[in-house]
Amino acid sequence: LREELLLSPLPTGDVAATFQFRTRWDADLQRGAVSHYRLFPKALGRLVAALGVRELHLALTQGFWRTRFWGQPPLQAPAGAELWVWFQPTVTDVDKAWKELSNILSGIFCASLNFIDSTNTIIPTASFKPLGLANGTDHHLLRYAVLPREVVCTENLTPWKKLLPCGSKAGLAVLLKAERLFHSSYHSQAVHIRPVCRDASCVAVSWELRQTLTVVFDVFSSGQGKKDWSLFRMFSRTLTDACPLASQSKVYVDISPKNKEKELLEVTPPPTSVHEAVVQGDKKTYAVYDLLSPSLFNTSRSLNVQLKWKRPQDSSEMPVPVLHAQRYVGGYGLQTGEICTLIYNTHPYRAFPVILLETVPWYLRLYVHTLTIITKGKENKPSYIHYQPAQDRRRPHLLEMLIQLPANSVTKITIQFERALLKWTEYPPDPNHGFYVGSSVLSALVPSVIAMKDVDVEQSPLFTSLFPSSDGSSYFVRLYTEPLLVNLPTPDFSMPYNVICLTCTVVAVCYGSFYNLLTRTFHVEEPSRGGLAKRLANVIRKLRGVPLL
Amino acid sequence: MAAPLVLVVLAAVTVRAALFRSSLAAFIAERVEVASPLNAWKRVVEGLALLDLGVSPYSGAVFHETPLIIYLFHFLIEYAELVFMITDVLTAVALYLAIQDFNKVVFKKQKLLIELDKYAPDVAELIQTPMEMHYIPLKVALFYLLNPYSVMSCVAKSTSAINNSVIAFFILATIKGSAFLSAVFLALATYQSLYPLTLFAPALLYLLQRQFIPIKLKSKSFWLYTLQYASLYLCSLVVIICLSFFLLNSWDFIPSVYGFILSVPDLTPNIGLFWYFFAEMFEHFSLFFVCVFQINVFFYTIPLAIKLKEHPVFFMFVQIAIISIFKSYPTVGDVALYMAFLPVWSHLYRFLRNIFILSCVLIFCSFLFPVLWHLWIYAGSANSNFYYAITLTFNIGQILLISDYFYAFLRREYYLTHGLHLTRQDGTEAMLVLK
Repeated sequence: LREELLLSPLPTGDVAATFQFRTRWDADLQRGAVSHYRLFPKALGRLVAALGVRELHLALTQGFWRTRFWGQPPLQAPAGAELWVWFQPTVTDVDKAWKELSNILSGIFCASLNFIDSTNTIIPTASFKPLGLANGTDHHLLRYAVLPREVVCTENLTPWKKLLPCGSKAGLAVLLKAERLFHSSYHSQAVHIRPVCRDASCVAVSWELRQTLTVVFDVFSSGQGKKDWSLFRMFSRTLTDACPLASQSKVYVDISPKNKEKELLEVTPPPTSVHEAVVQGDKKTYAVYDLLSPSLFNTSRSLNVQLKWKRPQDSSEMPVPVLHAQRYVGGYGLQTGEICTLIYNTHPYRAFPVILLETVPWYLRLYVHTLTIITKGKENKPSYIHYQPAQDRRRPHLLEMLIQLPANSVTKITIQFERALLKWTEYPPDPNHGFYVGSSVLSALVPSVIAMKDVDVEQSPLFTSLFPSSDGSSYFVRLYTEPLLVNLPTPDFSMPYNVICLTCTVVAVCYGSFYNLLTRTFHVEEPSRGGLAKRLANVIRKLRGVPLL
Repeated sequence: MAAPLVLVVLAAVTVRAALFRSSLAAFIAERVEVASPLNAWKRVVEGLALLDLGVSPYSGAVFHETPLIIYLFHFLIEYAELVFMITDVLTAVALYLAIQDFNKVVFKKQKLLIELDKYAPDVAELIQTPMEMHYIPLKVALFYLLNPYSVMSCVAKSTSAINNSVIAFFILATIKGSAFLSAVFLALATYQSLYPLTLFAPALLYLLQRQFIPIKLKSKSFWLYTLQYASLYLCSLVVIICLSFFLLNSWDFIPSVYGFILSVPDLTPNIGLFWYFFAEMFEHFSLFFVCVFQINVFFYTIPLAIKLKEHPVFFMFVQIAIISIFKSYPTVGDVALYMAFLPVWSHLYRFLRNIFILSCVLIFCSFLFPVLWHLWIYAGSANSNFYYAITLTFNIGQILLISDYFYAFLRREYYLTHGLHLTRQDGTEAMLVLK
């Protein structure tokens, strides 16, 4: 077990804390039943073995990572719940396994993942390549679903914490207190299971379970407006010891200087070591606290890392990330609309391609002939488009495109849609709140300014080794855009009986008129004595002097 | 007669061209009364775009046109406006020629019945004269071309114009007496939108009448001719469907087109009765009511055939009207087709009971449709019930219009055979009732 906490101050003065707990299990789940689970949680191990899962990534997120202001995230997840799974080639009925898997995970994590069905599952062709060892990539073994409406709360955190070997009793996990974690701008907890090489020679395969939790603490929500941070201030707890089961337990604090000046941050107590690495294209310096080293807890029983800003933050020198995006809905009224995505490439001289994956529910009918991509005022044709239109009540739209982003440009992608009228039972209990459209996914290999060395997975910090990097000149980034909230026209929910009656009345009017005309014939009317009304009318007529009826 | 027709055609083409170039074209193309999921132009363009992307247009739920439309517009997409204007002109010309021939047939039949003394002596004012029938074909063409419904349909480039054209050619072929052409055009019309299947009965009755074959169930020649016509029709239908298979090498178009028409999954509002009914339906009864509503279109055919077997063209008119009112995705283009026939029955005017009220209802509803749509969808100050109410009123107006004409027709037939001035046994003036 390796546990790690990364504290990175963000340009706006907030602090992001990323926890990663990595358990490596040297067992081969493929061959035969395994019964001795040591640190790997039994629930997940049995799941992987029984359903033939090769890779599993589940993320539950509340809030939105503001890439423009906070920089590139180490690992972003879209708002709500996101689940993507690669199955083993031996699985014959992938859809059945997917349905079972989402139901079981729904139980394990107390999240309503059982709402994942064919209407929100897609099969991306290019965006989600396996992150672990892979033997050929038939994309029919991949399933991806996102539930943007999902809410994350303490109920989801507790089972997540229970999967950790030490629970929340020792090590870094003591800091995970729900009342502080959810009092934040962004909270994302994730579970990643993938097969990795057991050692450098890669003869045998191990299973790796990574549990990550990213939380961003807001300057203002923590009160007092002061920008000094400490572990106690953020988590209302301090670290007392490392998890006894951990082979490595470290706290990294990002103290990179900006613009080649001296550090802006002062960290107390003094770190055990300083680590330098190239992460996401930038040279970064980290202060490292090794919880397993005996010297750390010599002076005090608990470790409370404090960060003080040496000089005031200058908001004008906020660095802009190389790739960031935003998405919004255009148009007015409840009949049509337009989804607009803006992608910014702020690299001064390098152009690079980005894969955009959009999944839109079936009730917003996309018109792909209205798709326009405009960069710097000119049309930009994507080199690869995969479009799968939606089928009503069965599957959503899937649009995947490979777009080349020129250096220092803004690309605007627009596509028009029509809003459908649904059956009255298909609306959620609050129909005028609107319907959520899941975040779109941007995957790109961003060229980095500084060359990155190929590092050994075991030695480097966890936050550098989540995404495999193929060469040193670029790093992989996966960004998510905002989820959208779209209103649909609603029928009047109080009217089913009235509508049925009135429509059937109209049909009956036709039927009645035609029945009369078809079955009756004209006859000369025989005179009749007249009823009471007629006689009364005749009396009045006689009085008036008008001819009688 | 050609010159006035040409003038009318020119006027119609000018109106359409003017509207195509104006800013109203985009507004009209978006209107749900004119463009339904079955015949909207936007969806045709979408289907062709999907084909360009390498995806089958029928793999999604957006495109519901037949493969022959893909064939047609693949080459003609640049000239779409011209195609639709020409289609409208062709429809009007076909109706003109058909009604011209039909008037000749009516006149001949009238003469025969007068010579056979079938008419009562005092019905001279009810007999149609060539003078009054002279301008009817021109009026029919006028009614079709300058009807605001068909103008809007053309400007929106809705493919219901193509369907109307095929039905008009079918009527022309039937009235001219060519069974083969009539079967082919009927097959094309059925292939595009399932409902013209019911027009098989009036066409058969007309052709039998024309061949002087009496309509008796025991008669061998009746069955022989029926079988001939039916096999012509079915064979042409099968040929057209097989041709469509070879376009995309798949049978996907059948559930996409016919499955869509019959099962009504898309509840986009239109001027019909289906959308709100199924939006507010309990899931459990959905299948039952879909079947009931679809049967409703087809089951008037046999009773009407029995009652109107001497008057197949009027039967055709009533049948087209029933299709336009009760089909699953009606648009004003379909309404324009049966309204074009109203001048043919202008001699029934004196027997129509509610024509003023009904025409007012239809005109007011046509104006209120876009207003209430705007209030519901854009202003947000009304809800779907408002639009639904106008739908109901419009359909009641249409239904009562057709039954009024039917009543007037039957009444005139009664007067023709029994005399105009009816007296009771005691010599006083009599009233006529339906019993």
